[in-house]
Amino acid sequence: MLATAIIVFREVLEAALIIGIVLAATQGLARRVSWVSMGIIAGVAGAGLVAWFADAISSALAGVGQEVFNAGIMLFAVLMLGWHNVWMKRHGREMAQQMRDVGQAVKLGSRSMYMLAVVIGLAVLREGSEVVLFLYGIAVAQQDSPGLMLSGGLFGLLSGAMAGLLMYRGLLRISSRHLFTVTTWMITLLAAGMAAQAAGFLTQADLLPPLVQSMWDTSGIVAQSSVFGRVLQTLIGYADHPSGMQVLFYATTLAGIAVLMRFYGSAPASKVQPLNAIET
Amino acid sequence: MNVKYWVMVPALSLGIALPLHAENLPAFNLTIKDGRYSPEQVEIPAGQKIKLVIKNDGPGPEEFESSDLNREKLIQDGKTAEVTIGPLNPGTYKFIGEFHPKTAQGQIVAK
Repeated sequence: MLATAIIVFREVLEAALIIGIVLAATQGLARRVSWVSMGIIAGVAGAGLVAWFADAISSALAGVGQEVFNAGIMLFAVLMLGWHNVWMKRHGREMAQQMRDVGQAVKLGSRSMYMLAVVIGLAVLREGSEVVLFLYGIAVAQQDSPGLMLSGGLFGLLSGAMAGLLMYRGLLRISSRHLFTVTTWMITLLAAGMAAQAAGFLTQADLLPPLVQSMWDTSGIVAQSSVFGRVLQTLIGYADHPSGMQVLFYATTLAGIAVLMRFYGSAPASKVQPLNAIET
Repeated sequence: MNVKYWVMVPALSLGIALPLHAENLPAFNLTIKDGRYSPEQVEIPAGQKIKLVIKNDGPGPEEFESSDLNREKLIQDGKTAEVTIGPLNPGTYKFIGEFHPKTAQGQIVAK
């Protein structure tokens, strides 16, 4: 049971942390809880579908369907995250001004929430489909009784959710003046980390060269396979010995989002002001 | 630019890249059954790209995972999957089956 709980926890952790960050980043946006819930529900349904079609996905594209699928999902999430940051920078002030006009604020908020809900849905889908397959495997092997398996899975799920909740609560302790800057950075790092993971999948599929097999090796300090390593991997894209291609994807995403925010992030009409104008 | 190019360009480049993927690399076999790999040690030449051909004899799905090699691949019950690795420096690279991390352990030795 404990083994089941640990594996489920490790899979749930990434999605839970992402949800925690999104919830903190969207403080004050209208109807965010229903958007986030919809993202989770769609993700769970998607996870079931992906698990069901896992075999077809794996054998697609000359055997590298799984890698291309994972990389595609992650790169799409990177686009959504980057877009969200640029969009919020552009419209944040506008939104704050129009908060009194509730209808308008709801409309504007929905547009950005939609993108983040997609990111959540994709994270849940990716990690969830592995949980489904893993639990299915235990059921087939009859390693645990159904009761033990379910309680292990549930325990893992709850501990993962707890980590997400801690992330959210922790972020809310940051004063509202800085919260937005912090979450913008966190979303940028999240996106860069996902891009690096996608590069890893494409290298594994032999569609991209690794450039350099291993840029550094810090597995002796923080192993990527440890729980702490996994948390760092999700939050800042930590890898204990990334390939050159992964570092390149990471840096390009980081720079790309920063540049786009700088050039397209300014509000159309008046001079730009720091984004913390958003809090009311 | 038209939206459809955004779909076409990656799709086309994939189409060009995929045949390259089918190149003939030296293959090394690995089987996973009842949560254990066999053989548990695979010797491969260093400095050369190779492919691992991993067969899952079940029961249930398994995920070949190696943080040493930056690889993770889900393999369905009864299926075979290929994972390209290398060129590697001489050394030992551990791998596990993520769904049976206690028992499914092995290593690649590059010489």
